[in-house]
Amino acid sequence: MKTWDWSYTGHVLPDLLRGLLVTLEATALGSVLAFLLGLVWALALRTPTRWVRWPVGAVVEFIRNTPLLVQLFFLFYVLPTAGITFSPLTTGVIGLGLHYSTYTAEVYRAGIDGVPVGQWEAATALSLPRRRTWIAVILPQAIRRVVPALGNYVIAMFKDTPMLAAITVLDMLKQAEEAGAESFRYTEPITVVGLLFVLIAYPTSLLMRALERRLGN
Amino acid sequence: MATDIPHQTTSETTAGGELVRFEKVTKRFGATTVLDRLDFTVSQGKHVTLIGPSGSGKTTILRLLMTLLTPDDGRILVDGQPLDAEVRKKIGMVFQQFNLFPNMRVLRNVTEAPVHVLGLSKDEAVERAKGLLEMVGLGGKLDAYPTQLSGGQQQRVAIARALAMRPQVLLLDEVTSALDPELVAGVLDVLRDIARSTDITMLCVTHEMNFARDISDRVLMFDEGRVIESGPPEQIFGAPEHERTREFLSAVH
Ligand SMILES: Nc1ncnc2c1ncn2[C@@H]1O[C@H](COP(=O)(O)OP(=O)(O)O)[C@@H](O)[C@H]1O
Ligand SMILES: [Mg+2]
Repeated sequence: MKTWDWSYTGHVLPDLLRGLLVTLEATALGSVLAFLLGLVWALALRTPTRWVRWPVGAVVEFIRNTPLLVQLFFLFYVLPTAGITFSPLTTGVIGLGLHYSTYTAEVYRAGIDGVPVGQWEAATALSLPRRRTWIAVILPQAIRRVVPALGNYVIAMFKDTPMLAAITVLDMLKQAEEAGAESFRYTEPITVVGLLFVLIAYPTSLLMRALERRLGN
Repeated sequence: MATDIPHQTTSETTAGGELVRFEKVTKRFGATTVLDRLDFTVSQGKHVTLIGPSGSGKTTILRLLMTLLTPDDGRILVDGQPLDAEVRKKIGMVFQQFNLFPNMRVLRNVTEAPVHVLGLSKDEAVERAKGLLEMVGLGGKLDAYPTQLSGGQQQRVAIARALAMRPQVLLLDEVTSALDPELVAGVLDVLRDIARSTDITMLCVTHEMNFARDISDRVLMFDEGRVIESGPPEQIFGAPEHERTREFLSAVH
């Protein structure tokens, strides 16, 4: 038996690339969800009303401190018993987005805290309404600071997408597993999956590091 | 040039009447009482300067007026009305650290509040902003970001930004203290111009005694949260009565 079969590699590659598209799609949609929800949490955790702050804080802590895989199983197997059913990919995107939103919330919090208090004071001195202060002054400065940190969570999420295989999403890993199961050769597909992850994650992390240097005053 | 600058005198304000009034205002931070039943008034159109040692409560007074702090006791009236978010719109402030919005270009720093607070159209706000930026000598920097400007230029933008709201009172808190020495004069010249050519009321904290002498109608000497001496600049700088005032003046000169 050959240790590496190039023709078999060529044979499974199209399926793996199809899986890669699913992986990228899950990462992209999951990131958008995580960015938006995280911002909602971060703002909710700053409202003066503790009837908003406490429940949101509890939910965020709960999600952050349970494993992603457990959450995915919950969404995939438990929600349908309550009559709520999504496609596997949608379930995966919700799971990833929800899970990572608890981290992006923390990133936003740090970014918002990092805006100098003088910015708030200048906004007050100009009588800018609260909403306008957030939208035009605070968030643009806060988000600029946290772009690299958010980017690093996107990479982390990307590397977590194989967990979606556990809820039948045909991502890269699932494709590799199916190819392997068909031909009883796992070496090539699994290795290629690993390489594809490295090829994407490593340059992206270098990019984030460069961005961090550029934005870090 | 004077047409660019606020002249607003509302109908209920009689010229020369009181614009700012502190009535027995007390402010504490924890156990320390910074202002102790402070009384003072500033008349419409007058330029009043607060002097006094560091930590005597001068900034606290301006921050109370700007509603960045609330008094523990007593009350503050502006144009006869108790201070609230609506009345605050009559007040403008320039900070020691400029506090320009770094994510906005110079022009938008100056148009942002007139558009979103006063409801000016974009064109009106831009026209007003350009006039004011011209006046402070920065007509050529409309598209710059604050970080591309020197401290003195940033502070002049901050002055234009405050004036764009056409405030009745302008609060100035040591606006040249953070500047390199060679940039101080440019900022003070702009303020002298505004003091001379407009009828805006000014309440000014400064360690620039020559500037204070030039622009002030009245000087208040502060010590430990109380006004210990007040009068026209000739009197305070020329013949101070209080021993603390003499000590303070000789220390800053
Ligand atoms: N936010 C604050 N918390 C606690 N103490 C403060 C605060 N702001 C000012 N102080 C204290 O109040 C006193 C007066 O401060 P300030 O008004 O800034 O004086 P000045 O402007 O005359 O130098 C100082 O002793 C200062 O330490
Ligand atoms: Mg001060």
